[in-house]
Amino acid sequence: MPTRRFFLRNSALAMAGAGASPLWLERALCATDGAAAGKKILVAIFQRGAADGLNVVVPHGEKAYYDLRPTIAIPRPTSDPGRKDDAAIDLDGFFGLHPALAPLKPLFDQRHLAIVDAVGSPDPTRSHFDAQDYMESGTPGRKATGDGWMNRALPRAAGKPSPLRAVSLGPVLARSLRGNAPAVAMQTIEDFQVRDRAAAKQFERMYTASTDPLLQAAGRETFEAVAMLQAIQRRPYTPAAGAGYPRGRFGQSLQQIAQLIKSDVGMEMAFADIGGWDHHVNELGARPGEGLLANLLREYGQALSAFWKDMGDRMNDVVVVTMSEFGRTARENGNRGTDHGHANNMFVMGGAVQGGKVYGKWPGLEKEQLWEGRDLALTTDFRDVLGELVSRHLGNAPLGTVFPGYDPKPLGLV
Amino acid sequence: MRNRIVLALGAGLCLAAVPGIFAYARQKNAAPSRQFQKSLSADQRVLQALNRLTFGPRPGDVQEVKSIGLKKWIDRQLHPDDIPENPTLARKLTTLDTLTMSGAELVRNYPTPRMVRQMVDGQLPFPTDPDRKLMLTKLMERFEQRQAKGGDAAAAPAVANAKAMSGLPGPGQLRSLRQGTAQQRLAAFLSLPREKQDDAIAAMPQGLRQGLFVLAPPELRRRIELANGPQQVVARDLTEGKLLRAVYSNRQLDEVLTDFWFNHFNVYLDKGADRYLVTAYERDVIRPHVLGKFKDLLEATAKSPAMLFYLDNWQSVGPDTPRARGRKGGLGGHPGLNENYGRELLELHTLGVDGGYTQADVTAAARCFTGWTILQPERGGEFAFNQRMHDSGEKIFLGVKIPQDGGIADGEKVLDMVARHPATAHFISLKLAMRFVADDPPASLVDRMAETFRKTDGDLRAVTKTMLESREFFSQGAYRAKLKSPLEVVASAVRAVNGEVDYAFPLANQVARLGQPLYRKQEPTGYSNSSREWLNSGGLLARMNFALQLADNKIPGVKVDSSVATIALGSPEFQKR
Repeated sequence: MPTRRFFLRNSALAMAGAGASPLWLERALCATDGAAAGKKILVAIFQRGAADGLNVVVPHGEKAYYDLRPTIAIPRPTSDPGRKDDAAIDLDGFFGLHPALAPLKPLFDQRHLAIVDAVGSPDPTRSHFDAQDYMESGTPGRKATGDGWMNRALPRAAGKPSPLRAVSLGPVLARSLRGNAPAVAMQTIEDFQVRDRAAAKQFERMYTASTDPLLQAAGRETFEAVAMLQAIQRRPYTPAAGAGYPRGRFGQSLQQIAQLIKSDVGMEMAFADIGGWDHHVNELGARPGEGLLANLLREYGQALSAFWKDMGDRMNDVVVVTMSEFGRTARENGNRGTDHGHANNMFVMGGAVQGGKVYGKWPGLEKEQLWEGRDLALTTDFRDVLGELVSRHLGNAPLGTVFPGYDPKPLGLV
Repeated sequence: MRNRIVLALGAGLCLAAVPGIFAYARQKNAAPSRQFQKSLSADQRVLQALNRLTFGPRPGDVQEVKSIGLKKWIDRQLHPDDIPENPTLARKLTTLDTLTMSGAELVRNYPTPRMVRQMVDGQLPFPTDPDRKLMLTKLMERFEQRQAKGGDAAAAPAVANAKAMSGLPGPGQLRSLRQGTAQQRLAAFLSLPREKQDDAIAAMPQGLRQGLFVLAPPELRRRIELANGPQQVVARDLTEGKLLRAVYSNRQLDEVLTDFWFNHFNVYLDKGADRYLVTAYERDVIRPHVLGKFKDLLEATAKSPAMLFYLDNWQSVGPDTPRARGRKGGLGGHPGLNENYGRELLELHTLGVDGGYTQADVTAAARCFTGWTILQPERGGEFAFNQRMHDSGEKIFLGVKIPQDGGIADGEKVLDMVARHPATAHFISLKLAMRFVADDPPASLVDRMAETFRKTDGDLRAVTKTMLESREFFSQGAYRAKLKSPLEVVASAVRAVNGEVDYAFPLANQVARLGQPLYRKQEPTGYSNSSREWLNSGGLLARMNFALQLADNKIPGVKVDSSVATIALGSPEFQKR
């Protein structure tokens, strides 16, 4: 049926949208969706382009790693202050973080950051597009899936759901959030409005009267969310605890997510992405702590760390999970870069996360241990990680519809 | 003043509500395929053709198509060389001088600060135009002054300010420049001797410069853009040229197809040397072939510096070649194979991801293309085959043996094989039909297009013609079934109200804000041809805001007649084509 993406919801919110809605009304409307505080929230982050997991979480205890990457390996951890900025930061004697991820080390030490290694999609594709599609649909190898795993993972709403329960940061709605349940895409909270109040009313009438069912429903959904955001748009936002988000779209996205969570608009799912990980050439600069990968990781790590600081106690209700479509070749290629590979790693961050540990079985990097003789082998399915977060963190138990045909095995992350 | 939902947007717009309900449905049920059998009325057929072969109808277009006759009009669009181009467009494009330059000329006339330094040091030639040479030298001086100040950009103008302004004729003029109305500023500026003008531009704070810009004639605009940073002009001209052509060209199908094929063979403007390579790529590689043979288009992209740089093939080196043995790569490593291009060639350019190739085929293709490289990529670049980088061994590609020592013929053989592969015929036909017919085009149509592709050895004019003359193209299932992309929204809105575009980069910025930065799709997939990609709440709001700004004449560089301007441009019906 054509309207499957956008439900028509006849609600007081639509009326509130017609005029200036007082803050108390919005709060009250949210409250019908259950108490805002204490509600669990899942934030998913996609690193598009296939991050080089072996240089992000460095297996410095593995000799083969250094043999395979004579010019682009991250050196073993060192206590020498002169070389520290170019060496891995030890996590557990075997794995270490890329030096540009230093801001995340305290979170690991405080056991709020867990890492899962040798994880990913079991599908063998090395196509960015297909692999991203499979990971976001949550159905590796199945192209016909129309909706995304996050949309299916939204718990059935008791009462009227908030129009902002699922938010995708960016110019398009992320594949992960497409589906039956309403989800909105926004670049920034500030931009999410019609700049002229009288015109807004006319547009709202036009869209709600449209004979095109999808545009009609999309319009209705949009104006409900607009009404809800009006009060937030009037208040300037200052991140808490002096948290400094890095410049750029990713930092901005995480700041918007923090603002939405702290504004108690009923958001349960958020999605953000960061591109530019496809490092076929000159992955490292003149020094391991510099160059393309280091710059991107610095932005990435600073943004996550700022989000953590900004959120404070609210992190008790939030889990952030990261993913990338596949890993990269264990061996460096001919241009100090890496080509498309297989398994990667995922980060799981949150107040209630059992962190301070690298999860997953390490498959090794010797020739016979590599997948198809070239890539890190996969020992954990990404759906095991996501499935546990959906069932144990969000409390949405039946996973059969979220990951059809797969039975996720929890790792004990939360 | 908002109460002007004037429905008289011209007959060409036709806001009539027609059920496009089933066209959006993704489900493979019976209804949509029946919709593709239902024919359209005569008027609907004209609108359908205008909505798909052009960037949206202008007032009067419906009448024109009717008077020419629909079939004949389509046939003309399929032969763009026979259509006289709009003189207005030609005039507007002449000010965008980068569009006709070679890569080497671009580098020389619109260099980065580093390149200007090299010119000053005698490592790179200066442009031949003495004015341009003087200007670049001055730019360099200012740039280095700023550097010397510790990169404090804010401090630099003040110093330069005092210096340049001191040369102005009188205090009255100075006041006009600083505080006058826009027109007074322009008059004061133009009264300066020419050699003082450039100094004054350089000395102006950004706000003042922008104020002058919006009033300036094209030649002065160019000098202001140069002062803002010469290397940015290249990207600016590209996006402006694209918008101007979309709005003004009489060869509309040619423009739509150029957009489609550039996107199919996508390259990313902001990747290093590609900044100077994309101009020639669109002009000389994509545009001449959009109605030619697919094989020629494919080979032109494969040998283009822009693609070789974007997908890294120019650096790919066969193992055990003289280059791999003899020279160390970048920072200490030995150069070797890079399979980026080999993979995207098969997945995105030809066979499609389900086209039946394996990882071994990807590696074999990559080996065949070793040695396909670029001479001096940073200076404008030229394709070259370098035997010393080429893997001379035997390869097996798609089950076919490519004997050793084939040289450049190895890669050419691969292109030949994939260009004529049935999977390619199908993949290309499907993609075209998604753009022109419907998100889920009927298999019967795609099959017929693929058959034309095979029978004509990939004649794209014939394949496009099969599609545009099909029953499915003129069916209820296809009618108003596509949601416009951001480029289509912006261009069609300007066309619908007969907007007058003086300069177009603010329009290009609008396209970017709606989610489609032109020439800046980083991934080799290009932008999606599917409507659903563009349907989301944030995007809808951005479209409404764009419509309001355009109607209120708030977008610099474009004027619309506010008596016909209307918020209908932000309506649901206008989002479809």
